[in-house]
Amino acid sequence: MDSTVVSTGTEDKTWGGGNSPLKASYGKMMMWFFIVSDALTFSGFLAAYGFSRFKFINEWPIADEVFTHVPFMHGQELPMIYVAVMTFILIMSSVTMVLAVDAGHHMNKSKVTIYMFLTVIGGAVFLGSQAWEWATFIQGDYGAVQTKGGNILQFGEYVTEDGEEIFKRVSIDDIAIPQESARISHERKNGIWFTDEGSLPPYTVDEIYTGLAAQENVVVRTQFLNEEGHKTILSRAESLKQIKENGKLVVKGANLKVNEYGTSLFGDFFFFITGFHGFHVLSGVILNIIIFFNVVLGTYERRGSYEMVEKVGLYWHFVDLVWVFVFTFFYLV
Amino acid sequence: MAHEHKLEIFRGRWKFKSNKEKIWGVLVFLSLVTAVEVVLGIYKPAILMHTWLEPLEGGFFATLGNIILSPIVYMKPLNLIFILLTIVKAYYIAWDFMHLRDEVGSLRKVIVWTGVFLICYLVFILLQEGGYVFSVYNAEHALIKKDF
Repeated sequence: MDSTVVSTGTEDKTWGGGNSPLKASYGKMMMWFFIVSDALTFSGFLAAYGFSRFKFINEWPIADEVFTHVPFMHGQELPMIYVAVMTFILIMSSVTMVLAVDAGHHMNKSKVTIYMFLTVIGGAVFLGSQAWEWATFIQGDYGAVQTKGGNILQFGEYVTEDGEEIFKRVSIDDIAIPQESARISHERKNGIWFTDEGSLPPYTVDEIYTGLAAQENVVVRTQFLNEEGHKTILSRAESLKQIKENGKLVVKGANLKVNEYGTSLFGDFFFFITGFHGFHVLSGVILNIIIFFNVVLGTYERRGSYEMVEKVGLYWHFVDLVWVFVFTFFYLV
Repeated sequence: MAHEHKLEIFRGRWKFKSNKEKIWGVLVFLSLVTAVEVVLGIYKPAILMHTWLEPLEGGFFATLGNIILSPIVYMKPLNLIFILLTIVKAYYIAWDFMHLRDEVGSLRKVIVWTGVFLICYLVFILLQEGGYVFSVYNAEHALIKKDF
């Protein structure tokens, strides 16, 4: 570092610039400044999530019913497993990062190279997993109907499995009876050239209603929680009445306006918080790649200190730290 | 500065021979905590699913008591366990992976106290306000209706 800083020759004096406050180097200190402020940004988001959740405390979607998919395990409901694997991947890449820092203290270039490489791989795997998680969330599961009041109505039936009566969700694909419909997606070529609209929902509310009327045992489940913390299930007559009178839009999957899991804020916060965290992971991976090449080129070997690895390591562990909280508040609590 | 590591966790109950060993030890511990969380999250033991203490009633001091005891009277024990385990995990990530354990005490305090104070403040305000908005929406004669 001496080569980049002009020496004043008064380093031994208190204000001469020779001592570092709190016994941490300038770069490390600034990284900690950034981390504390970034932690406050994330806690702002998570607290806002808590606010919205408290506002809709009796109708917030149950995470165990939303995140049930695991790659290559098609059709099975396995809540928590996938996200636990993701957590483990991120903690693991944190571990390789600490090992890289440790090897840096021993000035062991080849080991730093290997561990930095593994860290980059871990980060990339985590990002890929998150992309898959997003895709599954956007794709949706069973579909639902949104009411005029913005509530979500889902479908299901009572089935007996192992002598126990349970409520099993039914997909809108199995309910809807397609009908002749005059409503087609408006395209630019068919009207005023500057107006068009996005893709229409897969079914109309009428198609769902006819289908529901034809299937004797399918009932509607609302997003409101009852006293045992389960979603309220309506009677058959009430189900038909709700869809007929209040049904407005058929929803499949999730976007920023509406999602099939419950209140639209749930989807918004999911995209925003996991997205912001994913963006941090992405920048972390890019920084790690830069550091990796610097290590390979011998930059830090010549500089005589691997402190740069340590500083980027701090950021990388911070990303892991944030994920621990996101994991708790989105998937567990 | 950075070359000296404190090689013990759990207040000296678990000592390691080298920094590397400590890292693996912490990994084992963090994985264990995560595993406990996942198992609890999947099985959701019925005994942890409802609060053990009803909110106090009557007067100012009961309200004050409810605020102080809010993690117990308003929160399900399961959620409380999750949050406590998360803080435990955060502690070990910050102390051993971000090697705060090896920094001087004042740097640790500057980082942790600032964050903890501001976050507690923000969380208290927003959750309190969220609960209030809920009570406005769900009061007996609420003017805003959304159950249609």
